[in-house]
Amino acid sequence: MAVLDFLNRMFSRENSNNSKNIAKERLRLVLVHDRSSVSPEIIEALKEDLIRVISNYMEIDERSLEVNLNNEDSSVALVANIPVLGLKRRNVPR
Amino acid sequence: MGEVMVITSGKGGVGKTTTTANIGTGLASLGYKVVLVDTDIGLRNLDVVMGLENRIVYDIVDVTSGQVSYSKALIKDKRFPDGRLNLLPAAQTKDKTAVNQAQMQKLCEDLRKEFDFVLIDCPAGIEQGFKNAIAGAEKAIVVTTPEVSAIRDADRIIGLLEAGGLRNPRLIINRLRPAMVKQGDMMSIEDMVDILAIDVIGVVPEDDTIVISTNKGEPAVLDDNSRAGQAYRNITRRLTGADVPLMNLEVSEGLFDKVRKIFGMGR
Repeated sequence: MAVLDFLNRMFSRENSNNSKNIAKERLRLVLVHDRSSVSPEIIEALKEDLIRVISNYMEIDERSLEVNLNNEDSSVALVANIPVLGLKRRNVPR
Repeated sequence: MGEVMVITSGKGGVGKTTTTANIGTGLASLGYKVVLVDTDIGLRNLDVVMGLENRIVYDIVDVTSGQVSYSKALIKDKRFPDGRLNLLPAAQTKDKTAVNQAQMQKLCEDLRKEFDFVLIDCPAGIEQGFKNAIAGAEKAIVVTTPEVSAIRDADRIIGLLEAGGLRNPRLIINRLRPAMVKQGDMMSIEDMVDILAIDVIGVVPEDDTIVISTNKGEPAVLDDNSRAGQAYRNITRRLTGADVPLMNLEVSEGLFDKVRKIFGMGR
């Protein structure tokens, strides 16, 4: 078994430990951050869209709404802090 | 009216100047009137790569400050007897603030009236030198190598170009090593296109002939036996609208590949 293992490792091409895959993954993460800082207007646009959609369902405090990209270990998360002032009584729009 | 094209990269040392020299010389070989503008003030280099360093009298600052006309400052490359390839060298004893964006716009406007192609060799970085270099340009070429640092900087430059009104820049991937790509130890063309999401106008393989041609001051695009030169000839033709497929960069199959195929271990 060990021999087969060794041979497989020796001959395998698409090993996920290939350094190019490591490079791609690292770049992907770092670019999410770089790109968001190059264009704060994208975050701004996202905020406006969020407000529009969420306002269909609940009343929110638009001025204290916060949207950020957080970098944690091996992932990037979009973290939104949206204070809710109250729920709307009307039916959920379809 | 000619086309004003800036060649940029963000990171230094990825081959902007070599690319500018080769594309410019390649375009002249096809019969176009070309001027190369070195905007790397203080770190002049396009002149030595072109082999024209001994003929400099005036530089870009002499022109933008109004002391001499551009036609007086241009160095004609004697490899083209009709004077269709020209260089406007950077100033070596000044700094990037010696030129401003309005002056660059005026210079580019003037040059494009006379030349088919105005190629701007941009300094590394994103500061004033970069802003000057892109000020008068209407098209942009981004040069990168298959390394995380160069690609990250290329991504940032693409963002800044677009913010500066230069939409749809095109990518040159320089110094690709096909054998390493095949091994999975270098990002492939597809990987880079995937990440940067822009069109590729050419891929230049790593090639010793570039070192030799730079030593001599003769752009590799003039060397029929140079692989990199062939890549630059292809890029040049694509820039003029020809549909040239990407060069075949496949490496010949090694013994391991053959053994793997025989044993059916290929995936």
